[in-house]
Amino acid sequence: MSTRARYAVMALMLAVVIGAFYLPRLWRSVRSLGTPAETEEQARRAIAQTPVATSSDVKASAQMFWISPTNSTSLSPVDIQLPLSADPAQRCRQLLAALATQAPMATMRTLPTDTELLALYLLPDGTAIADFGDSISTGTPSGILSEQLVVDSMTQTLAASVPQVHRLKILLQGQEADTLAGHLDLTGFFAVGIPAPPTAPAPATTGVQ
Amino acid sequence: MLGKFHNSLPFLIVCVMGAAVTGGLAWRGAFAARRQASPPQAPAPGATAPQQAGPALNVVVLDPAHGGSDLGARGATGIDEAPLVLDFARAVRASLEAQGLRVVQTRIGDEDPSFDDRSATANAQRGAVFISLHVSSTGPNGQVRVYSEPQAIASDATPPAALSFPSQNGMLPWDRAQTPYAAASRKLAELAQAALAQKFAGSPGIPMYSSVRQLRTVAAPAIAIEISSVSVAKREDLLQMTNGLADCVAQAVAAFRPVYQAGAH
Repeated sequence: MSTRARYAVMALMLAVVIGAFYLPRLWRSVRSLGTPAETEEQARRAIAQTPVATSSDVKASAQMFWISPTNSTSLSPVDIQLPLSADPAQRCRQLLAALATQAPMATMRTLPTDTELLALYLLPDGTAIADFGDSISTGTPSGILSEQLVVDSMTQTLAASVPQVHRLKILLQGQEADTLAGHLDLTGFFAVGIPAPPTAPAPATTGVQ
Repeated sequence: MLGKFHNSLPFLIVCVMGAAVTGGLAWRGAFAARRQASPPQAPAPGATAPQQAGPALNVVVLDPAHGGSDLGARGATGIDEAPLVLDFARAVRASLEAQGLRVVQTRIGDEDPSFDDRSATANAQRGAVFISLHVSSTGPNGQVRVYSEPQAIASDATPPAALSFPSQNGMLPWDRAQTPYAAASRKLAELAQAALAQKFAGSPGIPMYSSVRQLRTVAAPAIAIEISSVSVAKREDLLQMTNGLADCVAQAVAAFRPVYQAGAH
């Protein structure tokens, strides 16, 4: 083998060794191009979502109000064990998060599972201001009954476990909204812990169709 | 030129008309001032207060909800709320007109007036009630629910004294126009729900309170009626409720007419 040919073989071997190191990195880069980048919405949620659990939480029994398994037009209480904070505002956040995600059955759900609570403030007069993302509006079935059940489940759940809250104001994306999903008025406040007027009376039994 | 005009006939006519208008305005102002100045007369002890008859109820404003690009509730089988409520409204209208009532609809075609436009249609009428028609997404099929605005507004941060309507200047805040009519609305809702419970099995016997946005700005007795639901298999399943619904609404409005005229509103 001539000296020239020897140099050529050595250069080739060097190129193979460098390629062996470089190729896996190149492959990883190519694969990462295929995965969709984090959307703006996901990034916003990641920033906005505050951790619901805190170090001072104690496991306690909480009464949650979901759609009754026997009557889809009314709510019924369900006791569950939840880590609850001593801080009333944090406790409200934990309860509303559990309300959206921990219904025993899908048919009992009142809030959409992807409901996101962007912020919750508790004013000294007992007004809780809950700021939700759009998903609570887009995920709630349109209708007076369904929208009323969403709000009632929140107010009754808060009333059962946070006596400091007397009324609830619902914002969407930080703004006052006209309606929840086309019907229920969100421009006012909802009473919490005050005996509510009948919202889901027992069906009449005398009806004939 | 002005001197010529002074002696002309048109000048005389303008003077006479001006005097008439000025005199009329002055008389109206004096009459209004007298009405404001005279204190209300307290009834003599033991005397029976004369029954204050209100205006007769002769107009029903029907509000088929949604419309246009807003289809309202949408069922899995392609049933949409907006065209359905329009069909219901036509039948209810016929039943009411058969009673000699004038019916005004907030929409008659596939348009979508705003909440305030619909309220403005109702608030322009005298002697009217407002009935908003809906079909729900959920709830047991074949049931009908009636809603009225809660009488106690939890929403107001203002002290209760400021909530008396009409206010001292006689004005009614647009965004709280329903408040003074809440009791009358409740009565109309009770009558409608009682009739519907008899007709449609499983429907509740008493109406529900709900802060329905559309009702808040209506300055008249106002209710919302919601039929369950767009989740039925066929559109005909809901349309077969049309005649029953129309009869019940007409029956409730007929029962409400003497209540309205007695001044419950």
